[in-house]
Amino acid sequence: MLTILFDGIAYGMLLFVLACGLAVTLGLMNFVNLAHGAFAMLGGYVTVLMMEKLGAPFLVTLPCAFLAAAALGLVLERALYRHLYRRSHLDQVLFSIGIVFMAVSATDYFLGSEQRIIKLPAYLQGRVEVLGVSIGIYRAFIIVICGLIAVALQLILARTRFGSRLRAAVDDPRVAQGLGIDVNTVFAVTFAAGCGLAGLGGALGAEILGLDPIFPLKFMIYFLIVVTVGGTSSITGPFIASLILGIADVAGKYYVPAFGAFVIYTVMIVILILRPQGLMARAR
Amino acid sequence: MNTALQTRAATEAPAALETRALVKRFGGIVATDDVSFRLEPGARHALIGPNGAGKTTFVNLLTGVLAPSGGSILLAGEEVTRLRSDQRVRRGLARTFQINQLFAEMTPLEALALAVSERRGGGRAWWRRVGGEALTSEVAEIAERFRLADIMGERTGSLAYGKQRLLEIALAFAAQPRVLLLDEPAAGVPQAERQELVATIAALPREVSVLLIEHDMDLVFAYADRISVLVNGALLTEGPAEAVAKDARVRAVYLGEERHG
Amino acid sequence: MSRADANANVAANVASGLARRARWRPGEIVFWVVVILALIALPSRALLINEIAILALFALSLDLVLGYAGIVSLGHAAFFGTGAYLAGLLTKNGIPDPLIGLAICGVVAGALGLATSLLVLRGSDLTRLMVTLGVALVLGEIANQATSITGGADGLQGVSPGAVLGLFAFDIFGRTASLYSTAVLFAMFLIARCIVNSPFGLSLRSIRDNPLRAAAIGIPVSGRLIAVYGIGAAYAGVAGALLAQTTQFVSLDVFDFNRSADVLLVLIIGGTGYLYGGLVGAAVFRVLQDLIATLTPQHWLFWIGALLVALVLVRRDRLQRYAQAGASIIAGRLGLGRGHGALRRHAPGEGP
Repeated sequence: MLTILFDGIAYGMLLFVLACGLAVTLGLMNFVNLAHGAFAMLGGYVTVLMMEKLGAPFLVTLPCAFLAAAALGLVLERALYRHLYRRSHLDQVLFSIGIVFMAVSATDYFLGSEQRIIKLPAYLQGRVEVLGVSIGIYRAFIIVICGLIAVALQLILARTRFGSRLRAAVDDPRVAQGLGIDVNTVFAVTFAAGCGLAGLGGALGAEILGLDPIFPLKFMIYFLIVVTVGGTSSITGPFIASLILGIADVAGKYYVPAFGAFVIYTVMIVILILRPQGLMARAR
Repeated sequence: MNTALQTRAATEAPAALETRALVKRFGGIVATDDVSFRLEPGARHALIGPNGAGKTTFVNLLTGVLAPSGGSILLAGEEVTRLRSDQRVRRGLARTFQINQLFAEMTPLEALALAVSERRGGGRAWWRRVGGEALTSEVAEIAERFRLADIMGERTGSLAYGKQRLLEIALAFAAQPRVLLLDEPAAGVPQAERQELVATIAALPREVSVLLIEHDMDLVFAYADRISVLVNGALLTEGPAEAVAKDARVRAVYLGEERHG
Repeated sequence: MSRADANANVAANVASGLARRARWRPGEIVFWVVVILALIALPSRALLINEIAILALFALSLDLVLGYAGIVSLGHAAFFGTGAYLAGLLTKNGIPDPLIGLAICGVVAGALGLATSLLVLRGSDLTRLMVTLGVALVLGEIANQATSITGGADGLQGVSPGAVLGLFAFDIFGRTASLYSTAVLFAMFLIARCIVNSPFGLSLRSIRDNPLRAAAIGIPVSGRLIAVYGIGAAYAGVAGALLAQTTQFVSLDVFDFNRSADVLLVLIIGGTGYLYGGLVGAAVFRVLQDLIATLTPQHWLFWIGALLVALVLVRRDRLQRYAQAGASIIAGRLGLGRGHGALRRHAPGEGP
């Protein structure tokens, strides 16, 4: 059972890294970006292709996945997204659905529709016994990396000047602008970072979640659940939400395989009934 | 002040609108501070007070837009504290908004027809057309009373401000309220259009009890029989218009404000 | 003019203004005549017409929810799929009559809509997106798992509806199907038109315009929204039932996100809030789909995505305004479109 817990935590951490960019984007720019999964997919494919075509070591591909997704995010934000910040949520939803469709079909066309397998380096494969619990090495690796990322994000937000500018801009963009904070730059950098994290998450998760052109559509609901349940006003909300959902999903699929997929939806619906604004949302 | 009012309430006929120890807190701020207020049937009652005194908050509490932190609200003796806005409207409490809240994309004809058909209880009818003789004559009557007959077919969003203000009151009136709350009806109305507005308010039937929230002292003294003064969320004083006008405390509050303002 | 005359004048204006709102406009009649002509003159396209009619009804159902109640739903396919599977199962389990099947599916889908509406109305825009999406996914997953009932990933086979009204059996050319679907579409459209022009429909417009004011004139806002969401769900259920009955097959993709996204796109193309948007949009969409499919079959999804992006960037509301302005200039004589200017003003000097 502890193994299930461990696997669930790993899954949850992965969800967190994937979804926290979306949480910040939604909280900051009030923009519903359903195309977030496309950046994750990009990161995954960067890793796969670098390992296949360039023979790059796995660990090297990870920062490249981050950078590639962040770069694309920055370009798209400056070119397209920022014209839509003031538009209705419906418009934003339609726009991002359009982007997803284009990303999915382009990937299918250029890279084929089959599932991609990542060949992990030998030192990340296999399992070990720790205190009587069987632990997958790769999952442990994920927990460590994602944990470090979470801590780093929290520190950046709380301790650095950029972090305080970001928090000010999230709280009230107009006032922040009036205080001399360059809100546009904050938006652009944050969006790019969020996409980069998604890309990194996609690369890390390819082994566990699989990677194919319909990845953004398959996992869109998961990211949205994390953000809705966890709220968008902090890092801790999505973090806790991801852990809960990760554990619930893994446990559900193990103990009740026929209904495994429902567990996550049911948890979401129950939480939304009890707290329509999400777990951690503040009154807006 | 409280006990005197409570004794009076126990012995007299129910007020058209009444609050008992009404309180509203926003975090640490007390916006409405233990307000016990009576609006008598047929009254022409004004509520005045300096900016930020909490007048609009009070109206929002009365109409159900805000939920009170404590106390109760009674409409013709019936407890309405827990009811939604639309439920209170159906029981005879209507209001106008300080900043026009109209249906910008609809015409005054449609808006009034809607208000009247809701009041007549046909709001849920999906099988009928909007119309009928009774509805038509009532809408026509309201249009005339509020001098809107000429512009019934125009888009509300493009009407002159004075006409919009008249429509604002007409919509509230269409609900045939027993109590009508007018939140700064003359605010922002250009001088040229004021006459019409003031005359229309003065011509409201006596069966409707009117609570007027206003800054414009001319309008207040021309219109109101009784005046209540709200300062920092609490009732400073209340009484007949002439008495309040001469009250030294009221002058201090307003003069004091002018000195700072 | 005496006072009494003036009164009568105003009352007459009010009456005529209200009557004008709901009158059938010549442009609408032209539209339906074209539809009938298409049915008669294009028997070889019967299958396509059938698909367009079903899509149009589905889009109409979403228009009620989105255009009239302002609820953004990413999962309207939930009701469509429910209607489809239920209709199919009914024919296999002793109720082959298509019209009875339609009625049952409408009622059940509507009930499902009412049940989920409580979730949908609470919370923010984002919560609404989530809940609507989530419900569609849950139902899709149920259909996937309950293989013994629904056929799972293979789809529901052996759907065999009886003859319509006991007289018109479904044929492989789709003639009965196209006539049947179009007739159902027309009937449901009439009902929707009646609803929209009623006091209930007017109250929905007011809620969309200014919910605070709507409550302030005594409208129970949540209650009305729940009702229209239920109606929209019922309509979607009927559309799904039509699909099952006319194609004699139900696959899992009735619950797909693609379906919900497609119908959103149809409404964007046609415009929301005036009932004909779904119908016009469905025809344009389907014809476009055929065209693009012959040109670049594998890239359909890509072009849909590009179209969505383009439509949003070019400000569809402005597009819609231009289109409607253009249409109303052309159709000014014919009068297609919303009933503004319901009360004609008498020019100065004109007598009563």
